[in-house]
Amino acid sequence: MSTNGNHNKPKFAMYWAASCGGCEIAVLNIHEKILDMDANFDVVFWPVAMDAKYKDVEAMPDESILLTLFNGSIRNDENEHIAKLLRRKSKILVAFGSCACEGCVPALANLSSTREIFDAAYESVSTDNPEHLRPIPAYAMPEGEIRIPEFYPTIRTLDQVVQVDYYMPGCPPESHQIAAVIDLVVQVLQGKAELPPAGSVIGAFGSTVCDECKRTRDVKKIKSFARIQDFRPDPALCLLEQGILCSGPATRSGCGALCPLAGAPCVGCYGPANGALDYGARLLSAIASVIDSNDPEEIDTILDGIPDPAGSFYRFNLAGSVLHANRKAWN
Amino acid sequence: MSGNGAFQERVGRADKPLDRIGVYVCHCGSNIAGTVDVEAVAKWAAEKLGRRGVIIARDYKFMCSSLGQELIEKDIKELGLTRVVVAACSPHLHERTFRKAAQRAGLNPYLCELVSIREQDSWVHSDKHAATEKAKAIVSGGVERIIHHVPLEPLRVPINPATLIVGGGIAGIQSALEIADSGFPVYLVEREPSIGGHMAQFDKTFPTLDCAACILTPKMVDVGAHPNITMLTYSEVERVDGYVGNFTVTIRKKARSIKTELCTGCGVCQEKCPKKVLDEVFEAGLGYRKAVYTPFAQAVPKYPVIDRVNCTYYQKGTCKACEKFCPTGAIDFKQADEIIQVQVGNIILATGYDLFDPRQIAQLGYGRLANVFTSLEFERLTNAAGPTNGKVVLRDGVTTPQSVGIVHCVGSRDRNYNNYCSVICCMQSLKFAHLVMERTGATVHNFYMDMRTAFKDYDEFYQRVLSEGALFVRGRVAEVTDAARLPGEEGKLIIQVEDTLLGKQRRIPVDMVILSAGLQPRHDAQETAKKFGISCSMNGWFIEKHPKLDPVATMTEGIYIAGCAQGPKDIPSSVSQGAAAAARVVSKIQQHEMALEPIRASINQDQCSGCRICNNLCPFNAIAFHADRVVSEINPALCQGCGTCIAACPAGAITGTGFSNEQILAQLEGLLMLNIDVDGGRAKPREEGVRA
Repeated sequence: MSTNGNHNKPKFAMYWAASCGGCEIAVLNIHEKILDMDANFDVVFWPVAMDAKYKDVEAMPDESILLTLFNGSIRNDENEHIAKLLRRKSKILVAFGSCACEGCVPALANLSSTREIFDAAYESVSTDNPEHLRPIPAYAMPEGEIRIPEFYPTIRTLDQVVQVDYYMPGCPPESHQIAAVIDLVVQVLQGKAELPPAGSVIGAFGSTVCDECKRTRDVKKIKSFARIQDFRPDPALCLLEQGILCSGPATRSGCGALCPLAGAPCVGCYGPANGALDYGARLLSAIASVIDSNDPEEIDTILDGIPDPAGSFYRFNLAGSVLHANRKAWN
Repeated sequence: MSGNGAFQERVGRADKPLDRIGVYVCHCGSNIAGTVDVEAVAKWAAEKLGRRGVIIARDYKFMCSSLGQELIEKDIKELGLTRVVVAACSPHLHERTFRKAAQRAGLNPYLCELVSIREQDSWVHSDKHAATEKAKAIVSGGVERIIHHVPLEPLRVPINPATLIVGGGIAGIQSALEIADSGFPVYLVEREPSIGGHMAQFDKTFPTLDCAACILTPKMVDVGAHPNITMLTYSEVERVDGYVGNFTVTIRKKARSIKTELCTGCGVCQEKCPKKVLDEVFEAGLGYRKAVYTPFAQAVPKYPVIDRVNCTYYQKGTCKACEKFCPTGAIDFKQADEIIQVQVGNIILATGYDLFDPRQIAQLGYGRLANVFTSLEFERLTNAAGPTNGKVVLRDGVTTPQSVGIVHCVGSRDRNYNNYCSVICCMQSLKFAHLVMERTGATVHNFYMDMRTAFKDYDEFYQRVLSEGALFVRGRVAEVTDAARLPGEEGKLIIQVEDTLLGKQRRIPVDMVILSAGLQPRHDAQETAKKFGISCSMNGWFIEKHPKLDPVATMTEGIYIAGCAQGPKDIPSSVSQGAAAAARVVSKIQQHEMALEPIRASINQDQCSGCRICNNLCPFNAIAFHADRVVSEINPALCQGCGTCIAACPAGAITGTGFSNEQILAQLEGLLMLNIDVDGGRAKPREEGVRA
């Protein structure tokens, strides 16, 4: 991909903050649509795909980038700095992918203190760190002070740091949905379509994964939870009814129900559906209400069948939830 | 969201004129004003919530008084209030009062909100400063919530004039007659073959000693002959669907094996039936009936039933004596249970009580010592139509007792069994004492804890029995035994008791012991309550809507309770409750239609993905699943607005009028005082993407 020196084309940027890189792969995975992007946009900043320096971005006029896809959450001061910088330089800032939208898996670190996170990263059995080195934000060298990004106590979502124009959920967003969004923006540029209202979720639908899931469903009564490695689930019946903790009922539609249709439970990467304020709380109260028992002890036994409840119900949404973090994270 | 800044951002600038909100803080005499500085709360609301739309805030001694209500009405009219917040008692008590006042002044009643600073504040705190601060927060929450209220209109539904009464004891009979006499149809369901209930088993009734049958059977006959009453005896309610005004009740009519249209009630079948069966129900195990039987001679209806478990034909395939002798050919061995459905507008539950089983108190000897009787057994002994034709005799059927001990409070007022007082046992025991002395001349000892004779003519009856020579020992019986230790005890039952007035242990030998067993909720009361959507208390009695002010209604609209199903009571009280429940029902029927609270849940059909999580949760069966469109839907007439489905919906597709997310979250922000000194009216809707 090249900039081709055509400076009349609208400018495009993509950035990764605290993320895994999966979002970038998903963008590249749109196949030949990538050529449409190149034809219609001048890519000015995309660290994974081309070389650029932060100071180049800093030198751009404000609002000179038409569209920025920002993936990753805000883990440290570098993430925050670039989020604010790109906000200033971009007309349209999209929280792209689950990390930017709601914190995603990295935000489960909001259940631990910084010390615990560092212990796990620098001292666990799989780490070779004989000198017990730990990151120090600023260090004085003979040549002068050197700095690394400062680690924040909690992970924040993009909109907890800057104003966000659109949200594109998914871990990562499905490539066909990315392609559809690129199509839409190109059509807007050509005057053939209008942008959705600010604050909208794009590249997804409004109801839940169950809407796209073709498994048959009955009323739900759960006597025990199981995991797919434990037995061979009925291929045609709702997974949740078979006791598999499937997050489909609470998760925004748009992915095509890929996981449940392949026999794996939905893990909830598209986040809450329209109207749901706190994804984990919604899913938790829904699952709790279909436990088929009135006996407190039996209920406890059934619930013990859910491994890692916080990780199951808030796998993608902890930073964006009403709770955001537990008290320990601030210590 | 943190601090007022974030809230201000969410609220934005007022894009529409502010609401004109009035805040009214009630003293409730000293109930609230004793702990909360109500003047300070009103003054604070006017100052600090002015930018949220509060234009007037007042305090008043009794807001619920007509003067207090007029104050609000006047302000609505003169100041043009568009919303009203009253800070007073629980919405249970006076929400309707204030909503009606608002309505009289021309405001939609649902634009008036009652917040509780009594039950949730003044009554549970003693620190005046803290309670006042809490009252401010509660008022602030109410103001923030009312901003999001929308006018609502009640749902009007017609009321079916028919009534279902469950239980054909004296309470149910009274209800049935009252309603039927008012000209409305009644379905009276009774699970036994005859109506009459426990009262039909008694001989005499206290304190007047009239014969139970003489006063009850005319009423039973009236029920049987009443053109407005459909009796469904030997029947049980299987299922209840619908809601107040429009219940559909499914009833199982158990097979009588008798064609009632042919049966004349002549009794030949009972005479000819060769199979004798111990009658555990009506005769309390003291007498026998046949396999084809009516429980007693005056049974209503007159048609017998064949007890298939004991009938020789059903068990062995031969006999058919009844069929051979029946002059009208009314016996029908092939009859099957019939399931019928009736439509009714209201339901009265008068399902009565079960007797406490004294076998549980082993030391009193019942079931082990032959001449220990339960109160119900004794009722049958004294009944002229009973197994001994009214002769008081020992278990051998011939010996007249010389001395009788009557033990009060058996299974009642006892933390091992039931904590409550069974109400009727003192008077019943006095009646027994009188009957024993009258019929046998025996000495009678009563063993009591406290004498409770607190109704009209009751204490007079106590004095009468005292003067007739009955003896009273104040103390709880430790043991009834046949192990003689002292001279004169051989062959007797010895009652070991601490006489607490003498302060010493006594052993009193008697020939017969009567245990005045307490009353217990029906063994299946919980199931019944669940079927009809009402609740049981800790002790298992049906819970009334208000223990003092609404004793025959329940929290479920259209379901009423009467008689012992609500708690232990005597015949006059049961009759009063039966009549009271009937009056409530008749007044409902005569309104022809009723307004249902518009607090309802509804499912956004676009957002519902048909996951069916809510389907099984609705206590009112209001949610239907449409398999063709793969969505669930709520029937607004069935929905009672409880909110269970709203909480459970994982997609957030269900909302409740009056309890939307917006209203609840706004109230929380108000409680947290995030709205203080913030300009603007309604906060931006918290829809997709916009996060606080």
